[in-house]
Formats: sequence, C-alpha cells, structure tokens
Amino acid sequence: MTFEELCGKQTEEVERQQALKNRIMCCTAAGCLSCGADGLRQAISAEIAAQGRQADVELCGSGCMGMCSRGPLVLSAACNRLYGNVAPADAAALVSADPAATETLADRAIDLDSPFFSKQTRIVLANSGHVDPEKLADYIAAGGYQSLGKALTAMSPRDVVEEVKKSGLRGRGGAGYPTGLKWELVMKQIPQVKYVVCNADEGDPGAFMDRSVLEGDPHRVLEGMAIAGFAVGAQQGFIYVRGEYGLAIQRLQTAIKQAEREHLLGARILDSGFQFRIDLRVGAGAFVCGEETALIASIEGKRGEPRQRPPYPPESGLWGAPTLINNVETFANIPPIVQNGGDWFASVGTASSKGTKVFALAGKIVNTGLIEVPMGTTLRTILFDIGGGIPEGKFKAAQTGGPSGGCIPEQFLDTPVDYESLVTIGSIMGSGGLIVMDDKSCMVDVARFFMEFCMDESCGKCIPCRAGTVQMHDILHRMTRGDATEDDIEMLETLSGLLRETSLCGLGQTAPNPVMSTLKYFRDEYEAHIRERRCPAGLCQMESQLEEAMA
Amino acid sequence: MTASPPAATVKDNREKLLERAMSRYQYSGDALIEVLHTAQELYGFLPPALLKTIAHKLRLPASRVLGVASFYHFFSLQPKAAHTFVVCLGTACYVAGALGLVEALDRSGAKPGSSGAKNDVSVQTARCIGACGLAPALIYDGVVHARATPQLIKAELERIGVK
Amino acid sequence: MSVKTLEIDGRMLTGRTGETVFAVAWDHGIQIPRLCHVGGLSDVGACRLCLVEIEGRKRLQASCLTLIEEGMVVKTATPKLKSHRKLIVELLLAERNHVCSVCVMNGECELQDLAASHGVDHVRLRYQFPSLPVDTSHERFGIDHNRCILCTRCVRVCDEVEGAHTWDVCGRGTASHIISDLGEPWGESDTCTSCGKCVQVCPTGALFSKGKTVAEMRKDRGFLKYIVTAREKKQWIG
Repeated sequence: MTFEELCGKQTEEVERQQALKNRIMCCTAAGCLSCGADGLRQAISAEIAAQGRQADVELCGSGCMGMCSRGPLVLSAACNRLYGNVAPADAAALVSADPAATETLADRAIDLDSPFFSKQTRIVLANSGHVDPEKLADYIAAGGYQSLGKALTAMSPRDVVEEVKKSGLRGRGGAGYPTGLKWELVMKQIPQVKYVVCNADEGDPGAFMDRSVLEGDPHRVLEGMAIAGFAVGAQQGFIYVRGEYGLAIQRLQTAIKQAEREHLLGARILDSGFQFRIDLRVGAGAFVCGEETALIASIEGKRGEPRQRPPYPPESGLWGAPTLINNVETFANIPPIVQNGGDWFASVGTASSKGTKVFALAGKIVNTGLIEVPMGTTLRTILFDIGGGIPEGKFKAAQTGGPSGGCIPEQFLDTPVDYESLVTIGSIMGSGGLIVMDDKSCMVDVARFFMEFCMDESCGKCIPCRAGTVQMHDILHRMTRGDATEDDIEMLETLSGLLRETSLCGLGQTAPNPVMSTLKYFRDEYEAHIRERRCPAGLCQMESQLEEAMA
Repeated sequence: MTASPPAATVKDNREKLLERAMSRYQYSGDALIEVLHTAQELYGFLPPALLKTIAHKLRLPASRVLGVASFYHFFSLQPKAAHTFVVCLGTACYVAGALGLVEALDRSGAKPGSSGAKNDVSVQTARCIGACGLAPALIYDGVVHARATPQLIKAELERIGVK
Repeated sequence: MSVKTLEIDGRMLTGRTGETVFAVAWDHGIQIPRLCHVGGLSDVGACRLCLVEIEGRKRLQASCLTLIEEGMVVKTATPKLKSHRKLIVELLLAERNHVCSVCVMNGECELQDLAASHGVDHVRLRYQFPSLPVDTSHERFGIDHNRCILCTRCVRVCDEVEGAHTWDVCGRGTASHIISDLGEPWGESDTCTSCGKCVQVCPTGALFSKGKTVAEMRKDRGFLKYIVTAREKKQWIG
C-alpha cells in the first residue's frame, strides 16, 4: 500500500461508517470483560441479526472507555450516549431504531459532560473507546498510520528527532528522561544494526495504563515504534510484554499481522525503502525486567538480572547494539506529535513536563478506572473532580509510583502533578498508578506491603537489595505485630540510605521510597505501633492483642 | 502396562510442536525463554527431563536452563493442580481486602504457593494482574472475577467438592 | 599504548586506557575491598563493596566496572563508603549461617577478613537462620550453602576458564542458590570435571576440599592468574 492508497482507504472507511445508522461500541478491555462484556457482545450481535439490522448497525469492540467501575460499558455512537452496567437483556433496546426504546436505559446513561470526562484531555487515549482494536480499518479511519506516512514521505530522520525534541516529551515509564535526547543519542550511533524496544513490562501493582493502551489501541504503539525505527535507523523492534497480559498479547499479534499484510510494517513500508519488523517477546513474571538492562538480558534469553550502567542502552544494549528503549505510553504519544508538530504537544502541560499523563485510578475512590490529564493538573482535581472522591471515610494518602514511589498526604493535594513536583514531595511520577487510601489503611502496613513486594521481586544479584529488603521487611513486619523498638526506626533509615545509594539497579535504589515517605508524613503511626503497640487504623493485629484474646 | 495409543499420539505431537518452536528460532540459545513458554504450554510444567532436552537442543548448559526457568515465576517446575486460584495481591486489591480471599482459601486447606494441595486445588498469589479497577480480583481457572468475595470462593470450592 | 592520569585518594596515578579504577588502585597499593571480583574473571559488580565516589557523578560507582578517564577524581574510603561497606558485611553475616568457629576457612576467609577490617564486632541486624543443605556427594569436594554469599565466582570460573558451566544460580532474590546442572547432587553431575577451580576461588568456606577440619582449608589465590596469563599471553609466571 502506498501513502496515497492509505489516504484513500481512510476516506472510504470514514464514508462507510457515516452511512451506518448506528455503531455500537462495546468495551472489550480486560475490566469490562471480567464483568461480562463478552456475553453482552454476543447478545447485541444476536439482537442485530434478530432485528435484521446487519446492514445499518455495526457492533464493534473497543478499548478501555475509562470508567471501569461501571462496566460493562457500551457507547451508542448514533446518540453519543455511554451506558454503564449494561446487561445482555438491554441488547434489544440498544439496537432498536426507536428512540423511545432506549429510554429503559436512561438510568444507566453516564453523563459525558461530567467532570470525569470534561476535566480530561485525551491524546494517548484519543482512540480508546472509539476504535475497534481488532480492526485495522478502524484505526486507519481515525487517521492511523498517517504520521508514519508523513514521516516517510515528507521528513528526514533528523526532522523527526527534532520534532520529538521540540515536543518536550519525557519518558512515561517513570524516570522522565527527555525522549528526543534519547532518540538523538541512538540516531548518532555509528553501528548499522540498531534496535527499538518497547517496554510493556508494566509491573507496578496498581498500574494498568499500558495494558489498556495495548488492548485498546495496539496499532498506535506499532506506529510509534515504526516512526522511532525510521528516526534512529533501526530495522528491528521488540515489544517486551508482561506474560500476565494475555489479551494485550493476542491483540498485538493480530495487529502486527494486519500491519504486515498492508505493508505498514515489514519490508518496503508504504512503498518506501524503509523496512521495520516488530517481534513480540513475552515476559515470564519478573518485575525487575521493567528495568532496561534486565529487560535486555531477558530478551537475550537470560536471567533478568540488571547490569551496571554506563554503558547505557543507546550505546550498548541488545546484543551490544545501540538500543532505543521507551515504554508503551511514550510510543503512543509519537504519532500525534509527528502529525501535529512538537509545538502543539508542548502547548499542553507545564514548563518542564509537557503533554498529558495517563493514570490508573484505583483503591478507595468512586470512579476507579483509566484517565488522562494534562501535566500540571492538581491531585485534588484528579481525585475529587475526576475520581469522584472517596466513597466512605476520609482521604488519607495517594500512592504514586508503585513500589518505587511514595504516599502523598492531604496537605499536598493541590500540588500540580509533574515530574519535579512529585519528587519534591517525596514521591515520583512513576508509570501512572494512582492508589487512594482512606483512614482504614495503615501506612506502616502499606510500607510493609511494598517492601514485601520488592523483597519478592529482587533478582538477588546485588547484596544490598537481596539482603537489605529482607531486613527492612523483617523490621516492618515486626512493627505491624507490635514487636519493634525505637531503634528499629533508626535502622530502617540506615538501611534505606544503604539501599538507595549502593543498590545496582533502580529496583533496589527506590525500594526504600515508600518507607521514607510514610516515615516522613505518617511518623505518628509508626510511633503508635512501637510505643503504644496500637494500630491507629485498626488494621494491624498486635501480638499483645492476640495474647489477650487467647487468655 | 503400556500407554494407550491415543495418549502416545498426543505425546508425539507435543514433541513435534516443541521441535517446531525451537527450529523457528534456529535453535538459538537467545530464544530460551520463548522455548520454555512453548514447552510449558504443551506439557503444563517443566520437568527435569524436558529441561535437559531443551538444554541439549539449544546447546546450552543445563544449569543455565534451570537458572532461567527458576528465575521467572511464570515457569512451573512442578505439575499443576486441576483447579487454580490466583489471588491478586496488587496494591489496589490489597487495599480492597484481598487478604480475606487468601484466608478463605486458607481455611479450605489450600495454602498460597501450594500446588497440587488438598483435593487438587492450587492457590497462587499474583503481583497485580492489572485489573485494579475491579479490586479485589481473582483468577479462577483462567477466568478473571471482579470484586471477588470470600463467599464466591466458598461457593466455588463447594461446587468442586472441597469443604 | 595510551596512558591516562587520574587522582585516587589524593594521589596522582596513571593507568592504561581500558583499565578499571579498581585495577589501577590495586596496582598502586590502594586496596579497595571486594568480594565478587577476582582477577582473571569477568566482573559483575554485585557485591557493591568496591563502590567509590567519583567527582561529577551522582551515584556511587562499582570501581571494578568503571573504566579510568583522564582527570578523574576518585575517593575510595570516605566515611560514607566505610559505613556502607560495614553494613553490607553485616547483611551478609545475617543472611545465612556463618559460624566462623566451626568453619574450615576460619582465619583465611575473605568475608571474615572484611568483617575484621571494617570493625564488625557485632551484627546489628536480625539473623535469618535459613535452613540450608550441605552437599558432600562429590568424592573430593563439598559445598555448604550456609556459607555461600552468592558472589558467583564459582559460576564464572567454571564457565569462563574451565568451560564446563556446571554451576549456575537457581531461583531469585533471597531464595537464590548455587546449583550444579539441573540441581542434582554435585557428585552426580555429568559436566563437572572435578578440576577444583571453583573451590579455589570461593572467598568463604562454602566450597571446600573434603578431609579438612576447622581452620585447615587453604586456598590457592594465585593459580587463576597463572592460568589466565598462560592462556592469553603464553607466559608462565611463577
């Protein structure tokens, strides 16, 4: 397919869709699937056949629509209404041409003007909920692969890199390294063989942004990677995806096949001289493989153990070749940047953090789900306007950055969310998991939970992380049992310093963060556990209480 | 007693499929993890004899193959039970009371990390399955259950004959 | 051959391009502590004892993996580094069951020496007391996992010098342990050549010759340099 043919195909598909009476989008992301979206989809499909509407009503699956707490979700394009908690019994009303019939669904209509939607800005998730992730034509109709076409026909690799640099996009995996600089570094490397790797080993507990993007809009990630391959001079890409993400793997496989068939990937892409292949590598359950050097070891078929940097992957990565590693959300931002220009992207966000950030809202919050906001939005807006606040009880802390992040207390709710501000208040942006805790959550127990996570996921290569996480967990565990002393807090701080400064990779270096941030903001809870053998949240079972109960 | 003919056919087929997977990667040692994935899909787990075959075919030292297989939690070196419960212990599920689910399974005699335990139920815990919006999540025989409750577990256990 | 000049602990030193900070420091008598490094094998930077401060670099760097650069300013023994090293030694002592008084390597053990030189007169952490096996199935040697610090010297010498790759690391994190072949007893290994190199490079009493009792085990620290120089340079140094 040439670029002209691609444009023709887009027009053709858009016209076809406009000619339809209705398109019913049924959310088929993992969230809705686990509350019955599959059966619902079959019921709607059967209903379309029963009413004989195959010609003018189309049923499509779609990516995550965001409000996972109200699943399964269905969007009726004709009246632009989103329904939550839809049951198979509602299929007839959904398909019906009679507006009166849909009235039975009115009570489950979700207000699209509510703050949950109006306060969001969707760049990465623009297609999620509107495009069927299993249909290439749908993605093309939404302007898909136009950016790749533009890059191949009207830009040089250097132009692309410059545009990405201008956009101010920073890595969305957590550390926030400027993407454009990384691309430039790889582009400038002399060796002929280079690789582009998409890090889809999303492992933070409480984070499901990348999974949603891969499930909901896989072609966008492929397109972003192909543009990256063109810019840095690579012909081979790998997507390293978590083994737990079965649906994402399946959708990616489908998408890669579709794209290869239409010459959007593979040899002679869009009839140009550029070739780029993408292969999937399925992870096997090791959190540490999200660290880039461990990820490289894993793709090479080895134990996922990190190695010292420098050399950094742009100089020496996969099989010693220059390697560009970005995460899913970073690649998903590339097509719109190439299409609309770096300046457009840079107009969203704050001075140092450009664009938007996708967050996965979970925990004690009304609207659990997937959202995307401009950088610089305050936590208060995210949690209370978009998230709908705390269902019952009182807000205590928001946890960002997973096991590498920290707990943010109420006094910082008006902090704008960007890379620097979050570091200032003792947390990190992380990959986008945002977990809300109320007064029933014990912060010592939360710290213990994350330390247990790091202990289990430590690869064991370096001593501070392997043995240090065990000791820190031991102390925290004793605290939650009422079996710790003041000296233990001091040792916790000493060990935190050791892990932070001497661990080989990011996992060990950031493992103390949840402990440090809770010690900073919730020290009184630690002290209550130690001095009074009491858990203020009433969660921890103290040994003394157990003994009393026994006696 | 000799194996019945149909079983033998299945076995031959699996060997062939594994061979095909290895040849697809030109028997490269770099593809060890992909090959282990395929082997586990075919055989359900990775017994020593299978690891030895893989090491031999990919021309890798046996200790390295076991080193890799034991590093990744996806790979099981023991046979799996007939029914598997995976309780998600990600942050969101933890905050939403996933420990209650573990306790419910615990009471039935099945312990986390156990495999082929009492009545052939295996209980595993996962580090976030990415279904945080549906916390607490439970994967029962491959199907994700949203907002799982101890009652649901109790009902399921009763259904499969575990008291 | 090009030469680079750098400052280590206030002394101006020179080294050849491609040498590590660790090598140049030792060549000039500055003995940076180490456990996973051993001359003649590749480096992994796992023990974190050889970390040094380098001016202009945010993080501490493992000197065994950091190449020298012109004008580099390195500090190898600041109070911060010393306190980190001390705590790392304590972590190791608490991790498994290190009982010097009944160990074949008592008095010759690298871990014990480090503990002594870093003033570890007691361990501030809780001992983990894991239950670990001792494998004495090999006719000449034994492996006591209680004394293993997972430095992987044995894994590397077996792979890189002997070429047998009998050893590797199994499991991960705190459950990591050294295995021979597919985890069979060492004596049943069909790849082990019984060369004994792993025993000689082991810094503690984890790998030992049979028949030695408390404090009797002595390891030949020079043999590896002899073999490696012979292989690479065709020189047989005494």
